[in-house]
Amino acid sequence: MSDRTTNKYICIRCPRGCEIITTLDGWQIDKIEGNVCKLGLDYVKEEVNDPRRVVTSTVKVINGKHSLVPVWTTAGIPKDKIFDLMEMLREIKIEAPVDINTLVINNIFDLNIDVVTSGKVAKLV
Amino acid sequence: MKKIYDVLIIGGGPAGLAAGIEAIKTGAKDILIIERDSVLGGILPQCIHNGFGSVIFKKDYPGPQYAQNFIDEVDKLGIEVLLDTMVLDITPDRRIFATNSIDGYLELEGKSIVLAMGCRERTRSQIRIPGTRAAGIFTAGTVQRFVNIEGYMPGNKFVILGSGDIGMIMARRLKLEGASVEKVIEIMPFLTGLRRNYVQCLQDFGIPLVLQHTIKRIIGKNRVEAVEIIKVDDNFNMINGTEEVIACDSLLLSVGLIPENELSKKASIAIDNITGGPYVDENMETNINGIFAAGNVVNIHDLVDYVTEAGYIAGRNAALHALHHQRRGLNRISIERGKNVNNVVPQFINLDLIEDKSFLLQLRVNKVFDKKVKVEITEDDGTIIATYRENYARPAEMIALKIKGDKLSHVVSKNCYKLKVNVTEI
Repeated sequence: MSDRTTNKYICIRCPRGCEIITTLDGWQIDKIEGNVCKLGLDYVKEEVNDPRRVVTSTVKVINGKHSLVPVWTTAGIPKDKIFDLMEMLREIKIEAPVDINTLVINNIFDLNIDVVTSGKVAKLV
Repeated sequence: MKKIYDVLIIGGGPAGLAAGIEAIKTGAKDILIIERDSVLGGILPQCIHNGFGSVIFKKDYPGPQYAQNFIDEVDKLGIEVLLDTMVLDITPDRRIFATNSIDGYLELEGKSIVLAMGCRERTRSQIRIPGTRAAGIFTAGTVQRFVNIEGYMPGNKFVILGSGDIGMIMARRLKLEGASVEKVIEIMPFLTGLRRNYVQCLQDFGIPLVLQHTIKRIIGKNRVEAVEIIKVDDNFNMINGTEEVIACDSLLLSVGLIPENELSKKASIAIDNITGGPYVDENMETNINGIFAAGNVVNIHDLVDYVTEAGYIAGRNAALHALHHQRRGLNRISIERGKNVNNVVPQFINLDLIEDKSFLLQLRVNKVFDKKVKVEITEDDGTIIATYRENYARPAEMIALKIKGDKLSHVVSKNCYKLKVNVTEI
């Protein structure tokens, strides 16, 4: 007999937060129940095999009206890379003015995911 | 700047921006948004986490980006904006007194006014935590501003009181920035924020959540040194002997939001004691003719998308009032909270104006329903006039229903003065 386990996940893809019961046969997903949409299915598949999170933070701005600009990853990155990314973001400084969707780091950890700004900062006058 | 505007909007957050956009689209010409901060967007610029826009854009945006969509539209539509300006007073005849460092003292008149002042955080004194007045006690939103806008870390070791969304989101944020977060304490027997935030903010970072606990006292003379937590029973009474002292240098309070209505009161606007905001009808009009209100100034919303929707309604009707002197209803009846419902907005509807349109009904339940529920609107004699089904209902999440006016058509002919909204398990 194989090694069957049942896990409970709460989907984070929308505010609803479906409780999804997943049965695993070893590392294979056997059954997924409780999701009301496809987002939940995708979430659990990812959460079981390669849990990822979108990271939102800030980077420093030089000569800006504000001293920080918000940034985010263009997709979820592996959970165990979150603190490595935070270390990288701490070192970055951008000159104002900064526009929204400005590329901050290209292709982080070769994941084909970028870090871009999610806000604007005007130049200090 | 003009002296008289079609629509004057107080507050440039999500509700005010939406009101301005919809007012101009409805045909109002002269619109002014007055904002006390130096930028538009309200609280959104400091909410750098994602999770905004799932209803309006079907996308997942960070707060600043959600706001920018509307700021850009306001800009494109040429809506006049007055930043760094504080409104001091409003009168029931729709005059506004405001001040800033460039124009000095301003006296403006609005054919319509939209109140969009948002809300404020509940502070320590409002929940009466005993102990010293040490430094290191903050509301979650204040720390959010320090960390995300100003670039300061206000402490190293945090305890968070309240499991609302802002508290959990700040727990993650502080952890990412290198602080330690000892515990999140919640007095209720359930999580008060969204479940996804429990997963991605607390569980992901190994931050423990303790339910049915509160803070007994704060320890520390100049700076917080520890907090003493204690278990509470089902009636919120502290259970002696369950105390635990947790060493920390900062206490974050995420203990609820209060609609900001100091100005509304000056204009003699009637306030609902349950929501903390003005009584409004389905057009978001207050008891004062021509003064509308939308967003967190009316009732605390869980999602900014719903704030935007409320802003659209207020903006559209404010424009109609300014342009066509849209009359108020002659048959206003009240909508009251019934079984298991904590609050309802709007609190009034104009039966004679409603038939050919639909309106937005927002409500919150007062306990957790994990199974399917029905939301029933009944007349005062108990007759059910409309039923809606929801897969679940939780106090943390608002239920927003679009109700077709024709559902109410047979109420019109009857001698009915109030409707009730009930939520029950199926």
